Amino acid sequence: MSTMLTVDDLRVSFPTRTGLIEAVRGVSFTLGRERLGIVGESGSGKSQTGRAIMGLTPAHAKVSASKLNFAGIDLLTAPAKVRRSLRGSRIAMILQDPKYSLNPVMSIGRQIVETLRTHENVGKREARDRAIAMLEAVQIRDAGRVFDLHPHEVSGGMGQRAMIAMMLIAGPELLVADEPTSALDVTVQLEVLGILDKLVSERGMGLIFISHDLRLVSSFCDRVIVMYAGKIVEELVASDLGNAKHPYTQGLLNCMPTLGTDRHPLPVLDRQPEWAL
Amino acid sequence: MTAIVSAENLTVTYDDFLALDTVSIDVAPGESFGLVGESGSGKSTLLRAIAGLSPVTSGRIVLDGKPLDAKYRDKAFYRQVQMVFQDPYGSLHPRQTVDRLLQEPLAIHGVADAERRILRALDEVGLGSSFRFRYSHQLSGGQRQRIAIARALIIEPQIMLLDEPTSALDASVQAEVLNLLEQVRRDRKLTYIMVSHDLGVVTHMCERLAVMKNGKVVERLSSADLVAGRLSEDYTKNLMVASKGFVRNAVA
Ligand SMILES: Nc1ncnc2c1ncn2[C@@H]1O[C@H](COP(=O)(O)OP(=O)(O)O)[C@@H](O)[C@H]1O
Ligand SMILES: Nc1ncnc2c1ncn2[C@@H]1O[C@H](COP(=O)(O)OP(=O)(O)O)[C@@H](O)[C@H]1O
Ligand SMILES: [Mg+2]
Ligand SMILES: [Mg+2]
Repeated sequence: MSTMLTVDDLRVSFPTRTGLIEAVRGVSFTLGRERLGIVGESGSGKSQTGRAIMGLTPAHAKVSASKLNFAGIDLLTAPAKVRRSLRGSRIAMILQDPKYSLNPVMSIGRQIVETLRTHENVGKREARDRAIAMLEAVQIRDAGRVFDLHPHEVSGGMGQRAMIAMMLIAGPELLVADEPTSALDVTVQLEVLGILDKLVSERGMGLIFISHDLRLVSSFCDRVIVMYAGKIVEELVASDLGNAKHPYTQGLLNCMPTLGTDRHPLPVLDRQPEWAL
Repeated sequence: MTAIVSAENLTVTYDDFLALDTVSIDVAPGESFGLVGESGSGKSTLLRAIAGLSPVTSGRIVLDGKPLDAKYRDKAFYRQVQMVFQDPYGSLHPRQTVDRLLQEPLAIHGVADAERRILRALDEVGLGSSFRFRYSHQLSGGQRQRIAIARALIIEPQIMLLDEPTSALDASVQAEVLNLLEQVRRDRKLTYIMVSHDLGVVTHMCERLAVMKNGKVVERLSSADLVAGRLSEDYTKNLMVASKGFVRNAVA
């Protein structure tokens, strides 16, 4: 499988008044045309890893890596202009909270149409049809009506799906999806995963799927990286999650109440200082 | 069964929209009763109707054998029934100290002995007295939810309405909060009505549950029945299947 993304010794830190916060501390992995999951508790550095790949790290933070390469392009030295144009077309990110990604003063349909037309030379009519088709593809009922609504006029789940539609219409080669389905119902969640799945298997997209839900990730991804305190503590073939070695991974798996297991009280994580070393 | 809370043919409308459509449930004293269903199905509306926060247009709510007014709830009601919401960020004022947040319900209900109760409540939810003078914006999500629970418990209610109390938390923190909720229910013989979209959570916490769809209860069953797959509605079956995670090819 050809590698499209190489991340080697990625570090992200935030200088603050009380000292340096090291959000990502030496993360390394490669990605091909596959589904790679990144899991871990909140604060473990998942989003900052994704943002560094996108070039969306906050300006005051410091990013370093011994290698950060996408399709032969050195992302660390690429000019801002190159990175911006990559972001609009070949690399896309779906954020956890659609509020920050949708423009509040523009109708949902127009945002999708504009995204499409910056990438492809298509007429107005076709752009509209394809935008509506994409809204339908993310299971938005009554897509023609939703096309004309503004972000504040739809529910959170619908806004999330509209944003997914906007990201997907550009047909990116690499997609970083940061908790893309956490706000959705399980049934809708699975539909969205189905769409992402097809993009990987049919279009050969590379997918980084960030989530705190270890079980969901393992049912969906090919490989899973488990993060704790800014580091990778374990990497697993998703189907092999049951054989996780690290006590943190095992703890995350065990603490979830599942149908048919009767454990009162639930086991809780017993965090060890050496996990963060 | 003599119910401690029941909803009888409860209907709630927002303008022309039927958010609850003749819903009935009965909850026994000391029971933990679950509400599941996809978002928008009316779970929060039902909890809020019990708390007097939804516009009830017909039907009634009976508490301890006495029918309640459609809207008005007196202080005695909130002494008996408390609510915990999903979002620990929205439900606690960020610029208030934990101490202020816990004082408030005591002041409203004219409860004496604040000092002892606050220390006890903090201890009960697993936060030491060192948390007492922190601001809520200085707390993690799990800590905030513990404070929200402490605030609900501090006036010693009998019934807790829990609306997705752990949905915003990490799995590891969820486990701690669920254990806490079980522990206080046992210690204080509380009655819970708990909403969750997570069937694993609901069957773990509740003995019986109602499945909601489009403002209606479509199925009532025990957690044991749900776990064993003894269910009659396709809708419930779909929720079950979906809760097991992604299945490649099963999604068209
Ligand atoms: N703007 C910021 N300033 C300071 N610290 C930050 C900032 N953004 C994130 N962090 C810190 O970086 C760490 C990792 O954050 P993040 O990648 O968002 O975690 P995750 O996505 O796994 O929940 C956290 O400890 C967080 O507090
Ligand atoms: N204040 C309100 N005004 C108008 N519609 C509302 C209001 N509150 C809830 N609804 C609608 O009622 C329905 C049920 O909502 P809710 O009880 O919050 O669902 P759930 O908790 O099951 O996700 C939804 O369609 C929602 O949009
Ligand atoms: Mg994140
Ligand atoms: Mg709700």
